[in-house]
Amino acid sequence: MEGTLPPLLQETGVPLHEYREIVRLLGREPNRLELYLFKVMWSEHCSYKNSRPLLRLLPKDGPAVLQGPGENAGVVDIGEGWAVAFKIESHNHPSAVEPVQGAATGVGGIIRDIMAMGARPIALLNSLRFGKLEGPEGNRTRFLVRGVVEGIAHYGNAIGVPTVGGEVYFHPDYQDNPLVNAMCVGLLRADELRRSRASLGRPVYYVGSKTGRDGIGGAAFASEELSEESESKRPSVQVGDPFMGKLTLEVTLEAIRQDLVEGVQDMGAAGLTSSLSEMAHKSGLGLELNLDLVPKREAGMNPLELMLSESQERMVLVPRAGREQDLEALAARYGLDAVPVAHTIAEPVFRVVAGGQTVAEVPTHALAEAPTYVREGRENPAIAAARAHDLSPLPLPQNLEETLLRLLASPNLCSRAPIFERYDHQVGTNTVLVPGKGDAAILRVKGTRRGIAVKVDANPRYSKLAPRLGAMHALAEAARNVSVVGARPLAYTDGLNCGNPETPEGYFELSETILGLAEASKALGLPVVSGNVSLYNEGPSYRIPPTPMVGVVGLLENLERRAEMGFRKAGELVVLVGSPEGHLSASEYLWVVHGQEAGSPPPLELAQEARAQAAIRELIEQVWVQTAHDVAEGGLAVALAEMCLPYGLGATLEVRSPARPDALLFGEAPSRILFTVEPARLQQAVRALEQRGLPHQILGQVGGDRLTLLLPKTRLEWRVAALRKAWATPLREVLP
Amino acid sequence: MKVAVIQFPGSNCDQDTLWALRLVGLKAEPVWHTERSLEGFQAAILPGGFSYGDYLRAGALAKFSPVMEAVRRLASGGYPVVGICNGFQVLTEAGLLPGALLANTNLHFTCKDVYLRVERTDLPHTTGYRPHQVLKMPIAHGEGRYYADAETLERLEQNRQVVFRYAPAPEEAEEGYNPNGSLHDIAGIVNEQGNVLGLMPHPERAVEGVLGSEDGLPFFVSLKQALEGIA
Repeated sequence: MEGTLPPLLQETGVPLHEYREIVRLLGREPNRLELYLFKVMWSEHCSYKNSRPLLRLLPKDGPAVLQGPGENAGVVDIGEGWAVAFKIESHNHPSAVEPVQGAATGVGGIIRDIMAMGARPIALLNSLRFGKLEGPEGNRTRFLVRGVVEGIAHYGNAIGVPTVGGEVYFHPDYQDNPLVNAMCVGLLRADELRRSRASLGRPVYYVGSKTGRDGIGGAAFASEELSEESESKRPSVQVGDPFMGKLTLEVTLEAIRQDLVEGVQDMGAAGLTSSLSEMAHKSGLGLELNLDLVPKREAGMNPLELMLSESQERMVLVPRAGREQDLEALAARYGLDAVPVAHTIAEPVFRVVAGGQTVAEVPTHALAEAPTYVREGRENPAIAAARAHDLSPLPLPQNLEETLLRLLASPNLCSRAPIFERYDHQVGTNTVLVPGKGDAAILRVKGTRRGIAVKVDANPRYSKLAPRLGAMHALAEAARNVSVVGARPLAYTDGLNCGNPETPEGYFELSETILGLAEASKALGLPVVSGNVSLYNEGPSYRIPPTPMVGVVGLLENLERRAEMGFRKAGELVVLVGSPEGHLSASEYLWVVHGQEAGSPPPLELAQEARAQAAIRELIEQVWVQTAHDVAEGGLAVALAEMCLPYGLGATLEVRSPARPDALLFGEAPSRILFTVEPARLQQAVRALEQRGLPHQILGQVGGDRLTLLLPKTRLEWRVAALRKAWATPLREVLP
Repeated sequence: MKVAVIQFPGSNCDQDTLWALRLVGLKAEPVWHTERSLEGFQAAILPGGFSYGDYLRAGALAKFSPVMEAVRRLASGGYPVVGICNGFQVLTEAGLLPGALLANTNLHFTCKDVYLRVERTDLPHTTGYRPHQVLKMPIAHGEGRYYADAETLERLEQNRQVVFRYAPAPEEAEEGYNPNGSLHDIAGIVNEQGNVLGLMPHPERAVEGVLGSEDGLPFFVSLKQALEGIA
């Protein structure tokens, strides 16, 4: 069949059945420009055509939700008239080809989404996945890590939004396809919330950088598999300019503060095409765009290039009637272009005019409503076999003290300071819990006692071996991290990174991931308010593990009542919520020490998870607990070591259980939290756990410069300085 | 008495600086870089950030802003002028302070807490500190390595123009405390007259316990007392 495709279909890559649908919607053949408009608007990145039917399964409503999915970002109410806008977005394919600019523009793009809601961005987080650091592939991984970190730092530091948190994970399945997801959180007055809307007959202003030939067709590029030819798609990668970003940010927010605008829209993926046609569609109107008026960086750009350019730092603002001059003056003060390139019309069409001629005219709903697909999924049998693998003959390590040092020095558990020290994490003077100090970042809301906690998380090993359960773990753990600093989780944003949905295995992993998120959302009472899908993270010889990067935002009503993770007070007692015995299957220990990736992720009792989170929040709220930490990858021993590191204070602890020592030390299980409490408060704290039916053990006491662990048959001891040495250095080698 | 916080395009610590000034009870207003007069202001702070994107060289373009002539006049009148981080870079580029700030020896942006020793407590910016007090304060810069020729360094030391020096944390190792390779461990200097001061660390980020340090607070309190003296 392929040989008989019309040349235009070969050129655009629009499949024949979609082309027929386009002809049906138009009632005629599209011209070349129109076909390209459909190509980008019907890409997965813009249309969610493979994921939309599945995403409908996620709960989207909750008492705090002011704006759910479908706008530039989600918004939740945090009280006293304040609200928080947040969203996560992927920039995977650009970062694979050109890591510095790919990551930088990922940051710039998500910042624009937040400011389009009328919010001042106050925090950035990022979730990164790379391949192996070891062996011959390590060189490329280092190149990518350095580039991505440089790009994030370049943009975030200069625009003045602190990067307060994130996570990075190394796994061979990301070797050819790194993941770069950026999350932004913004603060707004609830009554200044803006949406992508315009009323009839309004001029639509283009504000910000001029349009150039960069990033042409980026959204479509993001919705294809990476290949050898990807290198030649470097021009599809956008170029970021945080200085222009900062000016655009200030103009947009000032315009909203002065109430000059009725509607705001980021010009991001698919540039003019997507931002203007979607705004018109959401407003139930049409729109006429005059390309002659678009500010251009270079002469001779044709309509196709202008419509597909993804030049950065551009916004769409719709002024209120009579405030056009004020908007233009405001932009001029910052030296920015502000041009009424379009106006809304009653006829629901998206019309593009150039040189006095109509060069494209299509119904707005046709562009906005791509066909959706429900496919047949099938699990890769090799993964089912790995999950069922028998781990009972696993040998015990000879030296458990050395094993802990080895885990602390492994790429997924070692210190992240070499990365986060390159990010300005304090600009804005709101960062209360800086990276490395707690399980989630905390930002205060100036002028109130309130704070918000944010965390993004995903465990690709869990998701690889059991996509549904892995997604449940991702949400549970991100919410746990937010709870452990004392905040009540309000809602989340999800960055779903998966393989090709057109293959049965890719579709299976996508659908299972969303089903897992839906189940955990319902059980934990957490709605999703925004998100992003990045599919096609797959090539001829690989497919990434499904990677649902879940970003949870929580509220602290009283900032004074919070917890961080480091032991600070000698004499405090250490309590473990949950069982001391973890699972070795799918654990980081199994991978690092035994070189295996097998078995099922640990079971997750969502009801118990919710109770454990509520309990730790209550203990912090009562001011009985100021130190708490989630027991995650690496198990109990790694979690305890992590609590010794921030302040160099050790502890002497006893773990009573008949289980294998490696399962006690390094086994993983959800719903486990370590906290410290003064002896005088122990009884009250324990009662709160008993009331909720939570298993717990009092492990011992904080103090000294060593971590001592007494197991039924062994005594293990580490100097905190030795733990620090093992943990602090490995990533310095990558990022000196 | 009122403090001007100069806003260049790309400044991003302007609001934080205003917050800190107002926290100690000073009147402070933002002043856009196109202003030609600082009439009514008794002090000016050039805040941190990336003025004009810092694409050419940190601070290299901001010195041409119209407001810089007014800053110069304020300085020559003996009023306190402070440059924090990018503001320090602008002051050296503008020739209001000697020397230059080069790329950190690690060649990348570094954001972390450092320790500083206060070398002068007789300046309008530092009367609130004890002599040789060691302060905890964050840095956040890629170009903070103070450099000057030997003769200038000699003069700075002789005139006691080094105000803040990177120092080891209390009870910590004696090595590795200089975060950027600054000559003579210089974190902040003052002009000969003692009114124009530049420093790379961010005192405005260390004004409340909730932010991890209050060691920047005396900096702004000192300024307030000095300005009350002027008024």
